[in-house]
Amino acid sequence: MARQAKNAPDRGSDTLLDIRNLRIEATAYPPGEAPRNLVIVDDVSVKLERGKVLGLIGESGAGKSTIGLSSMGYGRGGVRITGGEVFLNGRDILKGGERGLRKLRGREVCYVAQSAAAAFNPAHRLMRQVVEASLKHGVSSRAEAEKRAIALFREVSLPDPEHIGERYPHQVSGGQLQRVMTAMALCSKPDLIVFDEPTTALDVTTQIDVLAAIKKAIRDTGVAALYITHDLAVVAQVADDIMVLRHGKKVEKGDTHQIIKEPRQEYTNALVSVHSIPHEEQKPAADPILSVKNVTAAYGGGDVKVLKDVSVDIYPGQTLAVVGESGSGKSTLARAITGLLPPMAGSVEFSGRTLPPRLANRTRNDLRELQMIYQMADVAMNPRQTVGTIIGRPIEFYFGKRGRDRDRMVAELLDKIEMGTGFADRYPAELSGGQKQRVCIARALAAKPSLIICDEVTSALDPLVANGILKLLLNLQKEENVAYLFITHDLATVKSIADSIAVMYRGSVVRYGSKSEVLQPPFDAYTDLLLSSVPEMELGWLEKAMAGRRMEAAGN
Amino acid sequence: MGASLVKLVGKRIGLSIILLLAVSVLIFVGTQILPGDVAQSILGQSATPEAVANLRAQLGLNDPAYVRYFRWLFGLLTGDLGNALSSGLPIGPAISERLANTLFLAFWAAAVSVPLAILLGLIAVRHRNGFVDKLISASTLAAVSLPEFFIGYLLIYFVAVKLGWFTSVSTVYDGMPFLSRMSAIALPATTLTLVVLAQMMRMTRAAILNVMQSAYVETAELKGLSRSEIIWRHAFPNAVAPIINVVMLNLAYLVVGVVVIEVIFVYPGMGQYLVDHVAKRDVPVVQDCGLIFAAVYIGLNMLADIFSILSNPRLRHPK
Amino acid sequence: MLNIKRIPISALIGLFVTLLFVLAAIFTPWIAPYQNTEIVGDVWAPASAAHWLGTDNLGRDLLTRLLYGARITLFIAFLATALSFTLGASLGFSAAVIGGWFDELLSRFIDLFMSIPTLIFALVVLSVLPATTLTLILVMGILDSTRVFRISRAVAVDINVMDFVEAAKLRGEGRLWIIFREILPNALSPLVAELGLRFIFAILFLSALSFLGLGVQPPESDWGGMVKDNKDGIVFGIPAALLPAAAISVLAISVNLVADWILNRTTDLKGGRGNG
Repeated sequence: MARQAKNAPDRGSDTLLDIRNLRIEATAYPPGEAPRNLVIVDDVSVKLERGKVLGLIGESGAGKSTIGLSSMGYGRGGVRITGGEVFLNGRDILKGGERGLRKLRGREVCYVAQSAAAAFNPAHRLMRQVVEASLKHGVSSRAEAEKRAIALFREVSLPDPEHIGERYPHQVSGGQLQRVMTAMALCSKPDLIVFDEPTTALDVTTQIDVLAAIKKAIRDTGVAALYITHDLAVVAQVADDIMVLRHGKKVEKGDTHQIIKEPRQEYTNALVSVHSIPHEEQKPAADPILSVKNVTAAYGGGDVKVLKDVSVDIYPGQTLAVVGESGSGKSTLARAITGLLPPMAGSVEFSGRTLPPRLANRTRNDLRELQMIYQMADVAMNPRQTVGTIIGRPIEFYFGKRGRDRDRMVAELLDKIEMGTGFADRYPAELSGGQKQRVCIARALAAKPSLIICDEVTSALDPLVANGILKLLLNLQKEENVAYLFITHDLATVKSIADSIAVMYRGSVVRYGSKSEVLQPPFDAYTDLLLSSVPEMELGWLEKAMAGRRMEAAGN
Repeated sequence: MGASLVKLVGKRIGLSIILLLAVSVLIFVGTQILPGDVAQSILGQSATPEAVANLRAQLGLNDPAYVRYFRWLFGLLTGDLGNALSSGLPIGPAISERLANTLFLAFWAAAVSVPLAILLGLIAVRHRNGFVDKLISASTLAAVSLPEFFIGYLLIYFVAVKLGWFTSVSTVYDGMPFLSRMSAIALPATTLTLVVLAQMMRMTRAAILNVMQSAYVETAELKGLSRSEIIWRHAFPNAVAPIINVVMLNLAYLVVGVVVIEVIFVYPGMGQYLVDHVAKRDVPVVQDCGLIFAAVYIGLNMLADIFSILSNPRLRHPK
Repeated sequence: MLNIKRIPISALIGLFVTLLFVLAAIFTPWIAPYQNTEIVGDVWAPASAAHWLGTDNLGRDLLTRLLYGARITLFIAFLATALSFTLGASLGFSAAVIGGWFDELLSRFIDLFMSIPTLIFALVVLSVLPATTLTLILVMGILDSTRVFRISRAVAVDINVMDFVEAAKLRGEGRLWIIFREILPNALSPLVAELGLRFIFAILFLSALSFLGLGVQPPESDWGGMVKDNKDGIVFGIPAALLPAAAISVLAISVNLVADWILNRTTDLKGGRGNG
């Protein structure tokens, strides 16, 4: 751990923010247990020069947001700063009391939240909220502030910059709100902006627009920024320097090029190479195990068609990835296949025979052959059942095995998912996120299925954990010869595991074929947009991508 | 803004009218089509067959049920509430006088309890885990556990009997001077206030806390606004709707709570009137009173919903 | 397993007092000093060695009356709660799992019932029904089952849409498995807490009815009836009516403390061990 020498704060120099040996703690109150003290940030020092952008990166629980907010002297949810100093513009803000903090918040440091939709007050028009800090701190008159706000709306490429401020938050889309929030942060001419995962909640094609707008605004106004994210490829586009954090401690800090090209620490290296899983594409076999034929499906008695004439094939032991953004109908496809949402038209064929459209009419063997894994492993398992019961039930249910036989098979399955037999007696609440998802995989495998539908199974997990799950799935595919229908919005994942790909857009399949075909130009407009929106761990990728776009993202 | 909002409010009012009609059917059915002969059960087993037959005729029980229902409903709509069985007097004038008394009592109880509850709720949020906050959790427990008559008689026993500050019986009459009237309802109004206060404080506190924990309040905090600016500019406009909702729901509760309290203090209101006539098995009075109580209850619930519709920015400013 | 040391002190007190009341109610004939309706002294005699709590408006022993009152109060409240729970929970669960028109019809009907205040509805119905204990139990149980329906349906609907229930449906499990193995274990704690609240409500409701003279009929008397019998003494400074009222309050607070603790222990669905 590199500990910086304690010397006097350098006044008047280029240093804007100087956080020294920060320690942040919180008290946890687990139900029925004594309160516990948690150290959230442990001895972290951050230095930021004027006009520079520092990326704070780490997985959940790394303490990155907490560090970011400490630059405003703010502790979210009962978090306490218990050690260290935070120098901003040459003075220790922790010693200035509440009044001192109020003076700097919204004036010297501004904040851009992850969910702008929640961060704007629903009762007020946007303009009123955008200029509020400027008026509060006497930065400018209302007229000047509004003028500046409109100029900033233009800066972040909002449509109709003259009038968008008259709207209420709910009248503006998520991607636009995120830009309005950036403009709001810039409006009072602060020295520093804390961006807290500003693009994480957005769809991938919207994310890059917002990212580009933020980058341009930072460059044009010369403001300094702390950019907090879990996505290294994103932060590489905007940051001058990057600090990698883990469990509240610093892992490594360096300039962006060094971090993504020559990481010095093993953990950083793992984060950098997280997406590169070698996977050789398999050629389609003669007969598909599952064929979706011209399926059209709708909710609410046919009013809203969410699937339009969709046809795809999945071959034994192979993976079909279905890619699309939210609202593309990819999860509905899974519901149509499983019979939860019987299609209005079209059919689903399984090893050559047509499956009854309704779940209730399918035989037990049909159900066994087709298993499902969910995005949120948390809620996919009954919290009142042990891991042994959860994995053992399909064995009982489909194969009638009980007692010792079943326990032996549960143990084998636990072994397959790289967890020990000791886990059989545990409850889901006692497992980590990755372990939960592994148990769900074991439950699906217990039925010895030919096809498993994986619905966004890695998107709720941290990158490294997700990586482990993907590798496990690939290994299991080789061992068990099971096919996957892999639903995801993340193209990087697709590249790692798919044999064939279907790209979905507004309920239709717009591109379908083997992985190499689908990823081979020439592209249709949407696939091009989607592919070009996936952040790559390259400096200057953002500019290249923006220059080469042919289609506007839907979120704008 | 405009058309769609009017439509929503109109819809809610329409719904309440339908509900009220359905409730009138339910009340009618509840008093008419229960097992056994109503006339017999009113007069008791020892009644002569002639007396029963007379009563049947008087009640119009020889007509089919739906005819009697529509006769009753039509009477209500034209302001004719029928005659009481026990006294033969028209119900309308009796009810209107007693309803005025009840509303007078309920009004003053509300006038004290609503501002007090909101103020204490605000203080509890401002100083979380402070004295007022702890008082709220303790008094809520008491309020849901203590029967109204315990609070009422405790007040009578200590304040009226031992201290002699007020009379234990709250007599009011026509032409009574305002101050004596106020003095007469002091104890029942206090009891009512105590009964609804805790619940209202707790719900107000929860409504404000809910708003205070939202992300936009954090945004305001990170803009450097002061505590009072945050509360007035950012929390309050969003907390008004849930608070009004809380108030309306508790007023509805208050109107019902009045029944027992009027009996405790022998206060000549609707509740006392209803209870007396339930004991006398005077069905027409019971039906009318039941429907009026239900109407007030439904009306207050409707007002609560209309306020939330009107104060929702998503509905006021559609996309 | 339940660890007694982890139960908060307030809940322990609540549990203890509740148990005391129940035991007193069960063993009343053996521990009551006098017969229930036996006139043993002067009207409203003050507390003495012979009559620990004094006598009532007819000269009956107040302690004896209180014990017998506990018996009747708890008996009726218990049966009414049992009825409201059986009816409300089974209908609520069925509505949630079956869904569709069944759910719609039942829910609208309950909405209608709940748009009349419970006390008012009870008064309306009691004006024509014979005043018997059975009537009381039925009226209280049925009226209160609407509340139980609402909450059990809401809890079950929340659980029914969770992925683990969908997983069970996809596996091909039957409706019974889904209700009893997937939903019920997760709905149990909120329902048990609700059971406590409904029980208190039943006690308060019964007391209010009896106080109004429409509940338990003389010479039998529950606590609410005792308040009614002795209320005229208050004006003369005789606190006999306050005793049964206090008894109601103490019991209600005790049950509330227990229910609160159960509810707090299980406000989330995350629990596994030590939570169930």
